[in-house]
Amino acid sequence: MTAEIQKSTGRLWLIALTPLVLLGALLVVIVQTWPGNAIGVSQHPPVEELSFSTAKLRPNEILITVFNDGPDTVTIGQIQVDDAYWAFTSDVGTTLSHLQSARLTIPYPWVEGEQHTVRVVTSTGATFDHEISVAVETPRPDLRYFLAFTLIGTYVGVIPVALGLLWFPLVARLGRTGLAFLLSLTVGLLLFLMVDAGQEGLEMALVVPESYQGVMLFGFGVFGAYLGLELLGGWLRGKRQATATSGWTLALLVAIGIGLHNFGEGLAIGAAFALGEAGLGTLLIVGFTLHNTTEGLAIVAPLARDRAKISELVKLGVVGGAPTIAGAWLGGLVYSPLWAVMFLGIGVGAIAQVVVQILRQVVPDGPVMRFLSTAPALSGLSVGFVLMYATGMLVG
Amino acid sequence: MKRLSRRSWLQVAGLGSLAGGTTRIASRSVGAQEEGDNVPQRPHQMGAVGRVSTESFDPSVFLRTWNFSDLTQVERRRFYRETPRKDGTMLREYELFSVDREVEIAPGVFFPAWTYNGQVPGPTLRATEGDRIRVNFLNQGSHPHTIHFHGWHPPEVDGSLPEHEVRPGERFVYEFDAEPFGVHLYHCHATPLRRHIHKGLYGTFIIDPKEVDGMVHREPADELVMVMNAFDTNFDAENEVYAVNTVAHHHMHDPIRVRVGQLVRIYLVNLTEFDLINSIHMHGMFFDVMRTGTQLKPSETTDTLMLCQGERAVIETKFRYPGEFMFHAHQSEFAELGWMGLFSAEEHRRDS
Repeated sequence: MTAEIQKSTGRLWLIALTPLVLLGALLVVIVQTWPGNAIGVSQHPPVEELSFSTAKLRPNEILITVFNDGPDTVTIGQIQVDDAYWAFTSDVGTTLSHLQSARLTIPYPWVEGEQHTVRVVTSTGATFDHEISVAVETPRPDLRYFLAFTLIGTYVGVIPVALGLLWFPLVARLGRTGLAFLLSLTVGLLLFLMVDAGQEGLEMALVVPESYQGVMLFGFGVFGAYLGLELLGGWLRGKRQATATSGWTLALLVAIGIGLHNFGEGLAIGAAFALGEAGLGTLLIVGFTLHNTTEGLAIVAPLARDRAKISELVKLGVVGGAPTIAGAWLGGLVYSPLWAVMFLGIGVGAIAQVVVQILRQVVPDGPVMRFLSTAPALSGLSVGFVLMYATGMLVG
Repeated sequence: MKRLSRRSWLQVAGLGSLAGGTTRIASRSVGAQEEGDNVPQRPHQMGAVGRVSTESFDPSVFLRTWNFSDLTQVERRRFYRETPRKDGTMLREYELFSVDREVEIAPGVFFPAWTYNGQVPGPTLRATEGDRIRVNFLNQGSHPHTIHFHGWHPPEVDGSLPEHEVRPGERFVYEFDAEPFGVHLYHCHATPLRRHIHKGLYGTFIIDPKEVDGMVHREPADELVMVMNAFDTNFDAENEVYAVNTVAHHHMHDPIRVRVGQLVRIYLVNLTEFDLINSIHMHGMFFDVMRTGTQLKPSETTDTLMLCQGERAVIETKFRYPGEFMFHAHQSEFAELGWMGLFSAEEHRRDS
């Protein structure tokens, strides 16, 4: 009996592995025979691609990281800064294979506040340019830097969300119509954020090197976050042993969704400051602060029928707002557009899931569209949109 | 205040401008190059990093080479033969061929050039006024080419019309009398002309004035051939590399050695494509200019001379002080992209 089971298990393994072994054999054959030769593929010129992943400015020094995201090896021949050949050193040499990075140090007397263009000339004479639009010394990651990001994150994420939460007593007194209005308003706010984050995420996805397939990563973030939050919601419901989604669970999910979105926002803010691109960002901080206050409202809306403790509100505030700080740190210290794409995708998925959750709670079985086209819901949606649009104008 | 939309702000933050990764098809594959990394720099940090291999083309040798004088006697006879004629002039026969060849124009940067005899600029030809020139041309390149000489010659050897084009694998003989004296040039005149020139098909053609009654018209001098040229490596109709005699910043590392007090004569030709003009500026001195070299008396004395494409001049000067003197295009951009070098003037040693 045992032997028989073992035998059939062995056969299953065989069946599972046979195609893989054959695939391996095929790869060997392809590499050995190089069928591309038959049509002269090997004679084709190399396809050179090079992207710039970071650019840092130190006194009399430009540090750039280049990344070979093309299929062929790229050899860096020379570096030009503002149309002049310039000295440089590389940490790993000048020949970069597929997906390899090199950190180049260029001793260049750059001029504060002015524009500089770094151009890599490869061995074949191909050129790749990176523009430093406003030259400002890159802040070094020290304690002050860390505290500054914490402060910015707090202003932009934590305080506004906390302020929004202060509307809780008001929300708790609302009648049926009022609640429908408020929840629709929340849906309006969230849909705005979703579209906004979606646009930013996709735009950034086009910026990252092709090998990283930014749009795919974005999509993965969206669906991953959506399904992940579904799973989390189910788990939370099970834990609370509530038949329907309780206000608390929903509020927590909204907070998580908004938190993920704010993380992406923090990344972008941190990166902007790190790159010295946001020196005039005070107005932007004010804008984000106003903008994000509405997020606090969105979190408390589902709690209208519950009695919430102060400690629970604080928890929700932290979940929704604190990721901004973490994002700012990460963005400021080790920024890469890839992370931004991932987290914006996750933010979009999370918000979508939250919207679905709220609608499920408001209309457990009726058609959603009928609810949304009632006067309170429609006005809620509109007000939510207008609020976001108006405060968004402060940012844009 | 700079206007930033939320999106553009995030883009800036998101290194939107970092999208340097444009795909492009580069030229023919380059063989293994041994490139020294982290080449130590001289105090001035401007300039190309590393050194160009001088194995197949040495700009310092090219400077003082004409009629294949850098080759051994045996080798030289394959490319250049001179036969005295009854009237005292010379028949000068040249073997020129066009061939596609990758040339190193800056350390580690290779240009898929079209060349005469495998080098850019092509070999310098030098004759005396009245000599008979016979150039046996073989096109070993991948496109039709010609050789178009500046100077007096009948139309059938002009190398400019479609019927003058020499197809790959074919030959043509250009024969004419060397006139007038001066510094001239030759280049491919096949179309598209711009491409055939910027790919590297050009060279210098010097005609010395005839001796009259044993009198040589030009004083003996340390003579240098300088071709101002440039290369568009990424095919955007703008040059990435500028130089005299092809290699960017070569004479910054290997200064041109001259003697204090000795007459220095430069045969300067401008063959820069894409830019309207080029120029030469020499530090710490003035020089005499004989435009096109067709007069023996200088037409001006200056320290900066501007030439358009195809223009050329004979320049004469004597170094007054020992030491290093910079020379470069007085278009700063060209200078910093490679067209810059040094003279090193040494005191004349009597025992040498």
